[in-house]
Amino acid sequence: MTRTQSKASESNQAKPNRALPAAVIRFAGDSGDGMQLAGSQFTDTSAIFGNDIATLPDFPAEIRAPAGTVAGVSGFQINFASTEIHTPGDAVNALIAMNPAALKAHIADVESGGIVIVNEDEFTKVNLRKAGYEDSYNPLEDEALDEKYKLFKVPMTRLNKESLAESGMGAKDINRCKNMYALGLIYWLYDRPIDTTVKHLNNYFGVKKKKPEVAEANINALKAGYFFGETAELFPARFHVDKASIAPGKYRKITGNEAMAMGLVAASQLAQKTAIYCSYPITPASDVLHNLAAMKNFGVKTFQAEDEIAAVCAAIGVSFAGQLGMTGTSGPGLALKSEALGLAVITELPLVVVNVQRGGPSTGLPTKTEQSDLLQAMYGRNGDCPLVLLAPNSPGDCFDTAIEAVRIATRYMVPVIILSDGYIANGSEPWSIPKAADLDPIPISHPSDPERYQVYGRDDRLARPWAIPGTPGLEHRIGGLEKEDGSGNVSYDPDNHQRMTDLRHEKMDAVARSLPPLEPHGDATGDLLVIGWGGTYGSITTAVNRAREQGKSVSSIHLRHVNPMPTNLGDVCKRFKKILIPELNMGQLRLLIRGKYLVDARGLNKVQGKPFLIEELGDAIDLMLSGEWGDAEFRVPRDHHVTV
Amino acid sequence: MPDTPLPTVTAKDFASDQDVRWCPGCGDYAILNQVRKVAAKLKQRRENTVFVSGIGCSSRFPYYMNTYGFHTIHGRAPAVATGVKIANPKLDVWMVTGDGDGLSIGGNHLMHALRRNVNLNIMLFNNRIYGLTKGQYSPTSEEGKKTKSSPMGSIDMPISPLSFALAAEASFVARCVDVDRNLPDVLEAAAKHKGASFVEIYQDCNIFNHKAYEYATDKTTKSENTVWLEHGKPLIFGNDNDKGIRMTGDGKLEVVDLGDKGVAEDDLLFHDVHDASQAFLLSRMKYPEFPEPMGVFYSIEDDCYEELLEKQVALAIETRGAGDLDKLFNAGDVYEVVGGGQDSTHGLHE
Ligand code: SF4
Repeated sequence: MTRTQSKASESNQAKPNRALPAAVIRFAGDSGDGMQLAGSQFTDTSAIFGNDIATLPDFPAEIRAPAGTVAGVSGFQINFASTEIHTPGDAVNALIAMNPAALKAHIADVESGGIVIVNEDEFTKVNLRKAGYEDSYNPLEDEALDEKYKLFKVPMTRLNKESLAESGMGAKDINRCKNMYALGLIYWLYDRPIDTTVKHLNNYFGVKKKKPEVAEANINALKAGYFFGETAELFPARFHVDKASIAPGKYRKITGNEAMAMGLVAASQLAQKTAIYCSYPITPASDVLHNLAAMKNFGVKTFQAEDEIAAVCAAIGVSFAGQLGMTGTSGPGLALKSEALGLAVITELPLVVVNVQRGGPSTGLPTKTEQSDLLQAMYGRNGDCPLVLLAPNSPGDCFDTAIEAVRIATRYMVPVIILSDGYIANGSEPWSIPKAADLDPIPISHPSDPERYQVYGRDDRLARPWAIPGTPGLEHRIGGLEKEDGSGNVSYDPDNHQRMTDLRHEKMDAVARSLPPLEPHGDATGDLLVIGWGGTYGSITTAVNRAREQGKSVSSIHLRHVNPMPTNLGDVCKRFKKILIPELNMGQLRLLIRGKYLVDARGLNKVQGKPFLIEELGDAIDLMLSGEWGDAEFRVPRDHHVTV
Repeated sequence: MPDTPLPTVTAKDFASDQDVRWCPGCGDYAILNQVRKVAAKLKQRRENTVFVSGIGCSSRFPYYMNTYGFHTIHGRAPAVATGVKIANPKLDVWMVTGDGDGLSIGGNHLMHALRRNVNLNIMLFNNRIYGLTKGQYSPTSEEGKKTKSSPMGSIDMPISPLSFALAAEASFVARCVDVDRNLPDVLEAAAKHKGASFVEIYQDCNIFNHKAYEYATDKTTKSENTVWLEHGKPLIFGNDNDKGIRMTGDGKLEVVDLGDKGVAEDDLLFHDVHDASQAFLLSRMKYPEFPEPMGVFYSIEDDCYEELLEKQVALAIETRGAGDLDKLFNAGDVYEVVGGGQDSTHGLHE
């Protein structure tokens, strides 16, 4: 119990309160039902309450898919716990389904015996048909459903309407409040205070939108839902998830895209440069643009370009002119940027590219997560064209990765691609708030002395000098044609081309030497090493921890530096008998690691637009250890259960 | 930027140490010489001047200017140049492109640089052919043009660069011929214009499309086939200045004879550089039906993109105060965990 709880939560000791270590709940409804708001409010409340949290929003690809259809279902999953967690959870403990389509789309993910709360009023003939249920079938009347789950039918539309009868609002506006009604009910069920949400509603509707009557109606709906839980005889018990023992300090909830934007701005301040983010709107990266566009008081400039190519080219122009050129995109956009990335490599200009991966190929699955841009980012350019790849491993880690990207790009005069993904971009977690004064500056120097200046001269890190327009005596021309080592003049000389190609690769080696050596999570040697990269950190770490608790000889390493890789990776691999590389692609890192270190790494590969379940990883670990795996790669089958 | 006075600059000072590698006789040489002269005349500082180009014969231009230069990739010069201006609005940025680079592969970027009115001096060298790839038809090649890639004649409708620029909301649109003595005046006006200035330069590719503009350069036919535009003046042309352009009652242009038996000067079309519709009509005048207008078609004052962007940044700082990282990090619902999480003080945001 917290001392900030509202009256609503003080009077409800009537029903038994069952303690749980963690719970996974999912709000699901039509895209117009406000499920993202309900979910993020539940998240805020739980974070502030002191739980560790991890979330997984799930939006439909279409902005306005037909109402009531499965295509139009929007979901929000949150895992909140009294222990440390890294993932939004495997099976759903409680599903809140606002209509038949939401039930249909999500019921398979609910654990057997789990709680299913439905808005009974929406299970009309018309809606059942829209959801694609067979004629004359209503799942609420299906005994099988009732047997498998704890089904609670609540007439939310009607109850919400009744609770707001006095509000003086129109029927449509009243109906819009039913997400808050549902949220209130869930707050009661999980013993959460409602005041964080009350405050949010007052701020958002009351202050920002200047509609206090809407704020009031939403708050009343929230309370009505809460009191319904308490007074109705429906629920035999409620649940309580205690606060987690999190390291002391200040926290806030953060999504990957928010952290990315803040990291880029922080980096620009640390470098005493202007962050200029040039981007073309694309899901799921647009929020980085939105966030930065709202930070102009940091001197940030955002340029919404006419296309992906213009976005990266403008960023290159920015860097040439001496500020921090940055661009952001997702897979299809990265494909369009390929040629320009080659230009940034050959002109050796600093550039940061944020690539928030989504399902491919082509337009693919715009709102779903995947890790399948790795090889594109690594090799998708003409010529031998190496650049630096970094992969943040959680929403909060996007902040540090953005700063590191700017540091490497300016220190080594190379483009850096950050491989985020839809899962960490939109997912959220508690973020330990840093102090600006604790962040290391990013020292940058520009030459000014014409005597010693060489366009393609190099320092001990092999970086060429970043001479910028406006500096007298350093006028020079660069471009996409091969450059003569030193002078930077156009050169078609065969030996020079060999030398320059070598140098571009040696720059990667120089970056690699600056990286801290990898230390496996777990033991330094053992039976199985699980190698991951990027957004799968949470699931892999959780699965490996569980296996270790069971006494299995499993360790893991997680690559933030995907190219170049830390120099001791090969040695680490040799200290384990077997290697498993789980990826949300068909085995792209596996190809790189096998090729580079000649190790017999096996893959666990899944491309369903969703993160790994811990159970899937656990099963794969067991199969690897028991030797039942055989020689084949393993792909996660549709039913989520691993068998051989 | 430093304010130390530099010694007087001459065209020579703008020449880099690189050998110019265009084919002997190429129209690009004339343009290069005039640009160097104009840059010197305008006292542009070498260190504050940037030439940005794409790919093609014309795009080698930056290598020959002793300024900052960026030879980028095919068609993308407007985007790179936009980035340069956004990063440092004080730089004088020139952009060099061609008919293939600017209107084919890079048409999209050119359009958007123009409509945003980024303060660039854009020169499009139009030789109506792909020179660097050795002679294929380009988006400005005339219909029926026989080239290696169109042995039976091009079936593409050519685009008018000026109509394109006007439709793209350009704030300054002009045209000139590479060897014309008026070229420096046009370039000077373009350089002085605040905003995106677009100059189409008829350029002779003497290897793959020689004499494409002979009608506009030959001493005997030039005055018959071109008409020089001057703001506020009637459109008069011809070897004896005996012809003019008049607008008919239904808004079309026609060639008329002047003099005793002909039309009075006052009845001719008077050039108005502020009139977009008229500029568009002029851009449709094509040889041989019409003499082709040369000079400044259109010029209006308008805000530049990079300045508007700077103003937004300044306004944001003024209204919200200069950004403070700690404030940014602590925005939103912040909560504090004290002593191992057991004695948490929740609800800090209250
Ligand atoms: S090919 Fe034509 S345009 Fe190119 S340099 Fe030679 S003459 Fe000039």
